[in-house]
Amino acid sequence: MESIEAELYRAMYRIRRFEETVLDNFPKGVFFGTTHTYLGQEANAVGVLHHLRREDVVFSNHRCHGHFLAYGGEVRALFAELMGKASGVCGGRGGSQHLHWRNFYSNGVQGGIVPIAAGAALAEKRKGTRAATVVFLGDGTLGEGVVYEAFNLAALWQAPILFVVENNHIAQTTPVELALAGSISARFAAFDIPAHELDTSDVMEIFPIASALLEQARAQSAPRALILHTWRFGPHSKGDDTRPADVIARLRQSRDPLTLHGARLSQSEKEAIEAQAEEEIQRAFQQALADPYPTAADL
Amino acid sequence: MPTVLDSLNTALHQALAQDERVLILGEDVLDPYGGAFKVTRGLSNAFPGRVLTTPISEAGFTGLAIGMALRGLRPVVEIMFGDFLTLAADQIINHAAKFRWMYNGNKSEAEQARLPLVIRTPMGGRRGYGPTHSQTLEKHFLGTPGLIVLSPCALGAPGKLLLDAILLTNDPLLFVENKLLYLLQVQDISHTDEFEFYIYDDQANAELGFAAPTYLCRVRGAPPPILTLTAYGYMVELAQQAQRRLAYEHEVFAELVVPTVLSPCRMQPLLISLERTGGLLVIEEGTRHLGWGAEILARSTEAMGARLKRAYRLAAKDLPIPASGPLEAEVLPSVEKIIQSCLEMTRRG
Repeated sequence: MESIEAELYRAMYRIRRFEETVLDNFPKGVFFGTTHTYLGQEANAVGVLHHLRREDVVFSNHRCHGHFLAYGGEVRALFAELMGKASGVCGGRGGSQHLHWRNFYSNGVQGGIVPIAAGAALAEKRKGTRAATVVFLGDGTLGEGVVYEAFNLAALWQAPILFVVENNHIAQTTPVELALAGSISARFAAFDIPAHELDTSDVMEIFPIASALLEQARAQSAPRALILHTWRFGPHSKGDDTRPADVIARLRQSRDPLTLHGARLSQSEKEAIEAQAEEEIQRAFQQALADPYPTAADL
Repeated sequence: MPTVLDSLNTALHQALAQDERVLILGEDVLDPYGGAFKVTRGLSNAFPGRVLTTPISEAGFTGLAIGMALRGLRPVVEIMFGDFLTLAADQIINHAAKFRWMYNGNKSEAEQARLPLVIRTPMGGRRGYGPTHSQTLEKHFLGTPGLIVLSPCALGAPGKLLLDAILLTNDPLLFVENKLLYLLQVQDISHTDEFEFYIYDDQANAELGFAAPTYLCRVRGAPPPILTLTAYGYMVELAQQAQRRLAYEHEVFAELVVPTVLSPCRMQPLLISLERTGGLLVIEEGTRHLGWGAEILARSTEAMGARLKRAYRLAAKDLPIPASGPLEAEVLPSVEKIIQSCLEMTRRG
């Protein structure tokens, strides 16, 4: 039986290698469109979603690969979706940003999924399933008005939902300082939604707090918020990072969730996990590569 | 006969009674007020906890309903004025209408995301409400793949159309109710001295899950028609008045084709009529430019070629709707304008 530390490391490492494999292979023309990688933010998805129960529901955004994999989505199906293959999560119709599998949904328009997540939470409440709903949003999304309509409705009607704000400090190329007035926690306070704020890249700090908040949302059938100050190491999509290289180098040194958490494992355990994950990722990539494209009959 | 308002209100009562997954969401829908146009009157008293009055957040509560529908409920949203649909446009176009197709590329029936959502809204002018409370905006939603658009009229059973949409359709559906329909009496098409009716599309449709009729209306006892009119919603009432006067005052005989499904477009009943008459006038309350009528004319022309000898549109002028009564009447189609258009068409041969 693997320790929880090892499980979390494995989950984060898979996301890291998935995203690196995507960026490495994009120039080869194997993927369609664009991608938004989760490099550096892995502890958020893993720390939150590791607690999910089978009936729980997750809503995500354009930067959804990490959420999808942490939810339990298949690596091959995700590669295949990005490649536009028939074996993809949505048969190649959605691509990188538009995923649905079991109780996981993502969409590529900022903010719009947030009231939908609140509605899903209220539906589960009415059905009496005791499911909690998690919705991920970023600092950039806080500019969208519909987000506040959703906060208001979720609080008013006591939706069992956890809002996870991943403040990665940059929206495409716009630093958070140029886009966001006031504080993030005060936004939730205005709606009487209890919020917990963490400035960390350590999955072991996120993990227990997320557990407590999810249990509160579930037990009290009420909204909760988790504000995670985080950093993305990669570009917004592919080659559009305007931040100086030394800034990113410093972030990678001080805020890498894999380094922080990897220190808790023995070298041999870490290497074994990494080798297994690497093998899984590369095999899934090759399988997806060999999978056929959909045809006109699949429209 | 009940009014269209009664018919729709009864349908909402029946929907709530027949399926516990049905919920109503909208602004000011609670009793005793019962909604700005009273379509939801009596519902919250009869079904406490299932009629949810919302904050003024059209995008927010439409999104909420989308989430509820995705997770197995059958919500019905009321947008107080159709003009406010624009506030929920991102929810409707980029979320609700997309999900079924976008998410279900390779999924089994059981795994598919489905979204049984009805969005009802009153549209249209002639109440003096001015530019932002009088529009006919459905044209902006008619070209959205994945979104069904229905519009009841006073013919037949408007309430049944709504009830079937709520209980039987598993996809997002916009239900457009012209405000002036509300107080019209429902026309029982089986007993009428003035008109005779035929019904098309009376079989359950795979896309909708139920039968949504198209009506054909002729002046009773009239000679064969030389012109086809087509209209939906409240324009049907004006078209019928014009039809009657054209017959009695001008001896011009027209038949009227009335769809209740606007999107996806159903052409067959109209084309059958056009094969008889060779002439078409499309009547719509929306603005003329790039509207419903443009699509109907395009499809008619594609299908009929030279057999379609005359084809015209009567629509609102391409202006906002003025508040002043005389100005509003200038902008919108009227019985007189329909008669004039028909007479011009027949004069031109």
